Amino acid sequence: MSGSNTATEVANVIPDRIKSRLEQSLKSWESLLMLVAIAIFIANSFASPYFLNAWNLSDATFNFTEKAYIAFALALLIIAGEIDLSVAAIIALASTAMGAAVQAGAGTPVLVLVGLGTGLLCGAFNGLLVTRLGLPSIVATIGTMSLFRGISYIILGDQAYRGYPADFAFFGQGYVFWVISFEFVLFVLLAIVYSILLHKTNFGRAVYAIGNNPTGALFSGIRVARVKFILFLLTGLMAGVAAICLTSRLGSTRPSIATGWELEIVTMVVLGGVNILGGSGTLPGVVIAAFVMGLVTFGLGLLNVPGIVMSIVIGALLIGVIALPRLWSKWKHR
Amino acid sequence: MIRFKNLKLAAGLLLASSLFSSTAFAQDNMRIALVVKALGIGFFEAAAKGAEEAAGELGNVEIIYTGPTDTTAEGQIEVINSLIAQNVDAIAISANDPDALVPALKKAMQRGITVISWDSGVAEEGRQMHLNPSSNALIGNMIIKLAADHLPDGGQVAVLSATATATNQNIWIDEMNKVMGDYPGIEVVTTVYGDDLADKSYREAQGLMQSYPDLDAIIAPTSVGIVAAAQAVDDAGKSGEINVTGLGLPSEMAGAIESGASKSFAIWNPIDLGYSATMIAHALASDKAKAEAGSEIPMGRMGTIVLDDTTSGAMADPFVYDSSNIDEFKSIF
Repeated sequence: MSGSNTATEVANVIPDRIKSRLEQSLKSWESLLMLVAIAIFIANSFASPYFLNAWNLSDATFNFTEKAYIAFALALLIIAGEIDLSVAAIIALASTAMGAAVQAGAGTPVLVLVGLGTGLLCGAFNGLLVTRLGLPSIVATIGTMSLFRGISYIILGDQAYRGYPADFAFFGQGYVFWVISFEFVLFVLLAIVYSILLHKTNFGRAVYAIGNNPTGALFSGIRVARVKFILFLLTGLMAGVAAICLTSRLGSTRPSIATGWELEIVTMVVLGGVNILGGSGTLPGVVIAAFVMGLVTFGLGLLNVPGIVMSIVIGALLIGVIALPRLWSKWKHR
Repeated sequence: MIRFKNLKLAAGLLLASSLFSSTAFAQDNMRIALVVKALGIGFFEAAAKGAEEAAGELGNVEIIYTGPTDTTAEGQIEVINSLIAQNVDAIAISANDPDALVPALKKAMQRGITVISWDSGVAEEGRQMHLNPSSNALIGNMIIKLAADHLPDGGQVAVLSATATATNQNIWIDEMNKVMGDYPGIEVVTTVYGDDLADKSYREAQGLMQSYPDLDAIIAPTSVGIVAAAQAVDDAGKSGEINVTGLGLPSEMAGAIESGASKSFAIWNPIDLGYSATMIAHALASDKAKAEAGSEIPMGRMGTIVLDDTTSGAMADPFVYDSSNIDEFKSIF
């Protein structure tokens, strides 16, 4: 929680930080993750002669950019103590809606609106289930996960939507400058926007407050339900953005699109240091975690390591990165 | 903090230096990637065995057998991206999705990689040619030949199909009817439909035995029907009298071969498929053949493939499985 530390300078407030800034940032989760990322980068460049190549590294970013868009919004939602497991299903439904729009003759601007709109609607539906009906978010979104993808299957069955307009391909296949893809530029922009939102605004402070103590937050005058609803909207919107990019990259829609992504996205958030029970975590952590996951899968892919081994490595990484700091603090306090 | 910055700097330098390094790595071996729907499937492991066999014959060929963990298009795209990065010479893929892979495979072709599909095809613009395991005409001929081979003096055969509207089965039966003239003395008495349901197929087979006491063979061009019919024949104690044949999977048909209810049946051979895909990829990548409509591409011991207007072609007759080879294949698929 960087920034707004002016409160600590007021004498009658209990300081929330006792170590120096330097010491804290060195021992922070983000530095640890950054070291892991750099170690993986160096190991990869020694392991494969193909790794250090601008185009190849650019290709590698596609492994995580779309998932990261959703991870940014989901990080906020998880910090606020909720979760959305329907994100991959929202991609499927948004992609299906865009495919249907193409069949109706829609052009690229309309397709983007349809994609974003479907994401927002799905997010609003999740938000209503949780904030109005009071359902636990994990239950509600497991339900909508089946619901949204189920609708896609009913509409498409074993068919596919094709025929996306040529300029629609830019979102998932286009390059802004040299090897810098549109998806990567969007990744950087969204990372900045969400970092500011979480770390520099009142809204961001409210998110942390709700995650730490929803009742306390409510009595502090924070409109808890409204903040949560907005977070579900944002998550849905990001799923819509990811759907646009993924659909554009694939050039077609099938109901099985993005199967299993929800867990990869949650993994990214947790690896980024966000407490799965809410209350703590940072956006830069999630950004670095996205790079770590992308680098690991691409590096192992270059060595033609089977996918199941990659999953094991990611799992080990997750447990390792979570366990190490806890072991470290236990050892220190002994 | 200083240590931290230094590391960042080092990584930056590494990255910067990389941008100027070239991709030209000396390669003695031709590297052919066999990309499958997912790893850990017996059928594809067998195909990889065939690919290695072809590589051994060709010499100086390295096979990269790879695929995603789940049968998803996104997983295959990640695999394709890493193969493009490795600058392999050829990609031979059994696709999880005919459309979604097109952009990634197009990119591979733009970077000079030979791309073919086999088993499950890719849309035409995403590959140079497609290798079908067999063709409708070859399958239609094979199913009647399997029955006729064991009936030198002619006899009565019945067809147990899937549903009456099943496209594949109807085409194969049509093709079979076209070549009936080649098998004198063989009479197809009727066609019944088991709807690809085990219990219905079983009852239809029982019905055939009652209606046609002199029945010599049942042809089931469906993997569900053939197992059910073999079971019905065996349960009726007519193993050896009535030969159940058609298209089936070795793992499911091993029992029927053992009991004698089925003398032989056919399906594609994954080893031959992997072998042929490798041979074709090698021929195209080394410019020994061109992937155009009408062109002929050599496939080593599997002969030659002729490409049609969609630049796809059929490998061979379905492979016949009987008591001599069932033990080898039943554990594969």
